[in-house]
Amino acid sequence: MIRRFVLALAVVLSSVPAFAVNPDEVLADPKLEARARAISAELRCMVCQNQSIDDSNAELAKDLRLLVRERLTDGDTDEQVMNYIVSRYGEFVLLKPRFETKTILLWGAPLLLVVAGGLSLIVFARKRAGRPTGSKLTAEEQARLSELLDE
Amino acid sequence: MIIEIGHYALILALATALVISVVPVVGARRLDRAMMDVASVGSLAMFALVAFSFAVLTYAHVVSDFSVANVWENSHSLVPLLFKFSGVWGNHEGSMMLWLLILALFSALVAAFGRNLPDTLRANVLAAQAWISVAFILFILLTSNPFMRLDPAPAEGKDLNPVLQDVGLAIHPPLLYLGYVGFSICFSFAVAALLEGRIDAAWERWVRPWTLAAWTFLTLGIAMGSYWAYYELGWGGWWFWDPVENASFIPWLAGTALLHSALVMEKREALKIWTVLLAILTFSLSLMGTFLVRSGVLTSVHAFASDPTRGVFILCILLIFIGGALSLFAFRAPRLSAGGLFAPISREGALVLNNLILTVACGTVLTGTLYPLLLETLTGDKISVGPPFFNMTFGLLMAPLLVIVPFGPLLAWKRGDLLAVFQRLYLLAILAFVAAVAFFYVEHGGPVLAVLGLAAALFLIFGAIADLWYRAGVGKVAASVAWTRLAGLPRSAFGTALAHAGLGVAVLGIVVVTTFETEHVVEMKPRQTVEAGGYSVRFDGKRPANGPNYSEERGHFSIGRGGVEVADVWSSKRIYTARQMPTTEAGILTFGLSQLYVSLGGGTNDGGMVVRIWWKPFILCIWGGAVIMAIGGFVSLSDRRLRVGAPSRRAKPARPAMEPAE
Repeated sequence: MIRRFVLALAVVLSSVPAFAVNPDEVLADPKLEARARAISAELRCMVCQNQSIDDSNAELAKDLRLLVRERLTDGDTDEQVMNYIVSRYGEFVLLKPRFETKTILLWGAPLLLVVAGGLSLIVFARKRAGRPTGSKLTAEEQARLSELLDE
Repeated sequence: MIIEIGHYALILALATALVISVVPVVGARRLDRAMMDVASVGSLAMFALVAFSFAVLTYAHVVSDFSVANVWENSHSLVPLLFKFSGVWGNHEGSMMLWLLILALFSALVAAFGRNLPDTLRANVLAAQAWISVAFILFILLTSNPFMRLDPAPAEGKDLNPVLQDVGLAIHPPLLYLGYVGFSICFSFAVAALLEGRIDAAWERWVRPWTLAAWTFLTLGIAMGSYWAYYELGWGGWWFWDPVENASFIPWLAGTALLHSALVMEKREALKIWTVLLAILTFSLSLMGTFLVRSGVLTSVHAFASDPTRGVFILCILLIFIGGALSLFAFRAPRLSAGGLFAPISREGALVLNNLILTVACGTVLTGTLYPLLLETLTGDKISVGPPFFNMTFGLLMAPLLVIVPFGPLLAWKRGDLLAVFQRLYLLAILAFVAAVAFFYVEHGGPVLAVLGLAAALFLIFGAIADLWYRAGVGKVAASVAWTRLAGLPRSAFGTALAHAGLGVAVLGIVVVTTFETEHVVEMKPRQTVEAGGYSVRFDGKRPANGPNYSEERGHFSIGRGGVEVADVWSSKRIYTARQMPTTEAGILTFGLSQLYVSLGGGTNDGGMVVRIWWKPFILCIWGGAVIMAIGGFVSLSDRRLRVGAPSRRAKPARPAMEPAE
């Protein structure tokens, strides 16, 4: 178990000193290269932990980077490139998941929370407006206080 | 032998914790003084036992006793002494011990300095702390025992994970845990208040400083972790929205909200019930953060452990504590009396808005972190939620908060005048915008959105200064009077201003780096030069070198400006011998607030090197801002109001010497 864990750790960490884009991959056209970098930052390196293919030096990430650049040079739009990659590797590669049924709660979370928070604020403010503010003293302390005041 | 005594001390600590879990609670119900006093004495004893046990583990690491499995797995005789120490918490078992040690320390602090707390409250708080201790000691003893022996003892250890052999990471966990665990005190106070069914003045006085202290340490811990990732991981990023980072950031967001709601509670006695709930949530999120990382559910670079028995145990602890506390809240909260009233436009109102935004942001990051996990468990679908998602949602949520921060401190309590505050701030807003445009112009463009970001950052900084400015009455009264007034302001006012200005500085750093950083990925041969950020970087050549437990290949770079050499730096790639694990040690040069970051890649066939060079303008502002925020926290903690605390209960009940009121 421990051996396996250490081995796994070594594999994971060996990709840490990442050396992502290599000079030989860079496209000659700076505009196209900039688009390639932007797309790469949104694609996950499938064999790494939470790294985009832009940051990773894994072989697979390199293949994907080259693939992205190949499609771009062939004249694909950014969206076409994304669609192509997703069709080959599945939605898992997208670091920003698409808005669809299964991600509705994910994308809806901020809005839902704002609405829920706002509503409960209004409800509580209304409810509280009529309620008297409480005393912080216990009956015992209250008695002692009146005793002191009476003196 | 000493190891077994350490192990035994931990078992004794468990027994002590069990006693403190029960006896004082019963005592508080029966108003039995002797039974309640068990809590204080017990907590001190438990701290002594845990501290001894921790000391034994540290001793084993320092003398490299490889007969202890934990030491064998995470140390090496050649590791520098500092990392023998930090190796104690640089692994799963040891880091749980550190967590427990800090928990016991905080309980002991409450026991030692809580004499002015009402007896029942102190007893209940310490009992709640003990419940947490019981859970953690059981977890350590049953699933993560650091005192396991090996027979026969190996001759040499397997070395501490090289990535952790770093000063930054040596102090990162203690800082982070001081933050996480500090919130346990707020949690225990909340639980005690619910058990008693009332919130008294002592409660309010105690919760805020503890929140402040915990928040301050957590801020430093997160900043430290971020800086570590920046210089150690070698690709120049400083925040990755990695689940492990989120695990510490989520409690930080909740803690920041708690800090502000506790302020309203202390000053105005409003938002009491909300503060209790927030205290419970903040610590629950800290617990969750600790355990998400520890259980290895979120596998990432930082996750060390992966063992289902631990995972199940952890899940049970989470369910019991979070579920238990929330049920207690549901049953008991209606009994708590509501606090003072306030108009929507008031300092309280601004702080409520702050709380709304921070909790929503906290919930969003939490959802994003857990969503892939839950979706996969429920439907088997695998999705990724990464930086692009978080940057977009979190950024959108935080933008309005940044703009309203300067308004808060300028609004009056109870009923504020927004128009008057506008009049005080509109000049500043214009100034911030003009300065942002000027900055933008000097740095030669970028996305136009950056101007707004810069303006928001500057508005925060100016606003913080304006807050002090107006409080002192500069311009309205004579300079000498204003100076006296400024000097006489409570330290918490300076704390607030520093924290808000720090936020502005951090935002400034973030915006500038994201907009204006430049990157060069090149193949360099010796004596070749690359221009970056107005500096020329010359590769002089590389040579092999050896450290105590690693060998490395170092590249030397000379930095010049305008033809004159101004600095030089080594950048290296290391192989740690024991684990045969490679790491990068980036060469980083600081110029003012900006940095030049040089990282080595693979060699090329013709004797060159692949080199990545970044110019990171104003990058130090990011962590500098966090440090300023933390300084604000410490300054505020030193406020007289918090130092003095509630009057001592033991003081002689002097007869009230009242003057006749005519």
